[in-house]
Amino acid sequence: MTFLIQQTLLYAVPLMIVALAGVFAERSGIINLALEGIMIFGAFVGVLFVRLMQEFDVFTDAARNGDWLTLQGLELMAMIVSAALGAAFSLLLSFASIHLKADQTIGGTALNLMAPALVLFLVRILANQNTLQMQTGDAASWFMIKKTTLGFDKTADLGFLGETFLHKVYLATYLCIIIFVVLSILLYTTRFGLRLRSCGENPQAADSLGINVYRMRYAGTTISGALAGLGGFVYALTTTNCSANGDVAGFGFLALAVMIFGNWKPLNIAAASLLFGLFKCIAAAYSTLDINGDGVYKLAEIGISSHLYRMLPYLVTLVVLAFTSKKSRAPKAEGIPYDKGSR
Amino acid sequence: MKRLYEKEGTQKLLASLLSIVIGLTVGAIVIVIVGLSKKNIGVTGVWDGIRIIYAGILSTGREAGKLTWGFNPQSLGNMLFRATPLIMTGLSVAIANKTGLFNIGAAGQYLMGTMATLMIALSIPAGTLPGWIIWLLSFFGGMLAGALWGAIPGLLKAFLNINEVLACIMTNWLAANIVTWGFDVSNFKNIVEGTKTGYVYKTTYGLTLVDGNWVYVDGNGIATSKMGLDLLFPGSQVNGGIVIAIVIAVLVYILLNKTTLGYELKACGANRHAARYAGINDKRNIVLSMAIAGALAAAGASLYWLSGNTEFYWTTYQALPAAGFNGISVALLAVNNPIGTVFTGIFMAMLNIVGQTLTGLTAYNEYITDVIISVIVYLSAFSLVIRMWLSGRKKKAAITPAAPVAQDAQKGGENA
Repeated sequence: MTFLIQQTLLYAVPLMIVALAGVFAERSGIINLALEGIMIFGAFVGVLFVRLMQEFDVFTDAARNGDWLTLQGLELMAMIVSAALGAAFSLLLSFASIHLKADQTIGGTALNLMAPALVLFLVRILANQNTLQMQTGDAASWFMIKKTTLGFDKTADLGFLGETFLHKVYLATYLCIIIFVVLSILLYTTRFGLRLRSCGENPQAADSLGINVYRMRYAGTTISGALAGLGGFVYALTTTNCSANGDVAGFGFLALAVMIFGNWKPLNIAAASLLFGLFKCIAAAYSTLDINGDGVYKLAEIGISSHLYRMLPYLVTLVVLAFTSKKSRAPKAEGIPYDKGSR
Repeated sequence: MKRLYEKEGTQKLLASLLSIVIGLTVGAIVIVIVGLSKKNIGVTGVWDGIRIIYAGILSTGREAGKLTWGFNPQSLGNMLFRATPLIMTGLSVAIANKTGLFNIGAAGQYLMGTMATLMIALSIPAGTLPGWIIWLLSFFGGMLAGALWGAIPGLLKAFLNINEVLACIMTNWLAANIVTWGFDVSNFKNIVEGTKTGYVYKTTYGLTLVDGNWVYVDGNGIATSKMGLDLLFPGSQVNGGIVIAIVIAVLVYILLNKTTLGYELKACGANRHAARYAGINDKRNIVLSMAIAGALAAAGASLYWLSGNTEFYWTTYQALPAAGFNGISVALLAVNNPIGTVFTGIFMAMLNIVGQTLTGLTAYNEYITDVIISVIVYLSAFSLVIRMWLSGRKKKAAITPAAPVAQDAQKGGENA
């Protein structure tokens, strides 16, 4: 059960963050199909940063001595760098969409093509192979929080909650949850959030009240890029052992699907991400899942093919959508370049 | 000449060509920057790289250290071979775009076409039917599978208002899992060639009865007819598939522009509610459009896998075929024009070959061509701006002579 919850969180949290990235862009009126590309770019930048920082003795010494404060600081810095450069990469999309009034689906697709090409090109030149990894050690030994890092003894029993949430977890996961909550509150209870949302629903009305629609859309897309870059690095850190190979296995498109599934609202998006994470985890580990701790692997005994388990998240999504899509409403003015002269 | 220049179609074409030129130039600039920053690539290396970027399709290798140029039948043939699936998936996305739908599910439809084609081709025992009938059965079977699979997001959108992007992404991954499952429980896995159980047999393998057991024997199966193209381009993988793809592109063009159905599909794309007001059944058209798009993408898969020299890696549940997503770039660059997708598809395949030539002959790697393609697609988003710029230059010249005429008219009015 502990394993189930931990793995679900590891998969669901980057999905939530990238889906929220999509929400920020689309709520301000820009269709952001480039989530996949920005994730790939953010993952690459974060891994490259960690790799470069490992050249400094400060961090290799800290790894050897078990000085976990410095290492978590490195993780934090890598997250900030990947968010910043993800925002910079998304400027390509926002500049084309807002200033040049280009077709946003094309811009997003172009970034989705550009990111893996650029990343693989640079990775080949830097590392002479197709994957960029940490120079020494791996994500688990450097960044994972275990019982021992918190001062407990190796064999101490922390109870169910302690074992699940304090042992073998990453700081990045919890930070992302906090960022998700803070930004959702920002979107719905602050003036900035209200103005952002109005630019996606009726930019002409917003403009008539003096809101600078262009600046709001830039803000929305830049926040979107930052979150997507951050999500990409957290995905690389927790799921692919801090390595970048120019591919995130369709995660960005899945986040797009989660955003539409969640009807562009943060709470629904969180629920949808957890659903996906849960089913993905079951699909990967169903034969070793001990649901109620009695030593019996129930799911393995039922004999359903592993292929069906892997299809479950998508089937369940379609079934739920069949019942809930009547109320699905995209932001009204998304995808339409804002022209001051039109009505 | 002037009226040809002012036509919208010409301006779109010029905008696309301009994007291509700028994209290639950006690639050349990246080559120069990387060449200057890495020590093992000298000025000759950079110059070689730039020449291959622009004319790599004509490169015939190295002789005494210098690049040689000429007619390279292998490169050109392979370019046409690789262009076939790109043209078909490009057509799939283009026809969906014309109907106002974004077919991001081309990858899933491609996979379903692959499964249907390979299963039909490999399960008919060799010799029971003439080869060309088996080929036709597999081809149309693949198209049918793709049409049915593409109709699913169409039905969900038309009747349940589910966003087609979401439905397509879900069906993509469902297709990947279904295909893996289908081949996993089948006996099409290659057990004849020792280490290849991860692959399905090539279609050249035919099911033959040997000593009372059904086994797969190479050479007894089917492959697309070469149609004489292997004489033009010896040593390459080209076959008649490219001819079929071009014919289908022309048929799609005729469908969209010369038939009533095509007109209805375009009307639904332009304004769904107005089309409904005019009496067009918009729900039926959405489903039909997605079905046609699915059939086209699956036809691309059929043509690729029936060529007889391609093996399908069936454990595909973790990654979707790139052909599905490259079709989006092909359609976007061709501005959704079916005839344009033929040229854009061939162009993308050419860049693909150029990338391989680059890896083979220089110290650069093939991803630079992917960078070039992405820059070209990015610039094609600016086509509106480029077209305005192109037409703006003409408008400025027309305005200035009008001013003195207006002044004369004013003076004349004052006098009278």
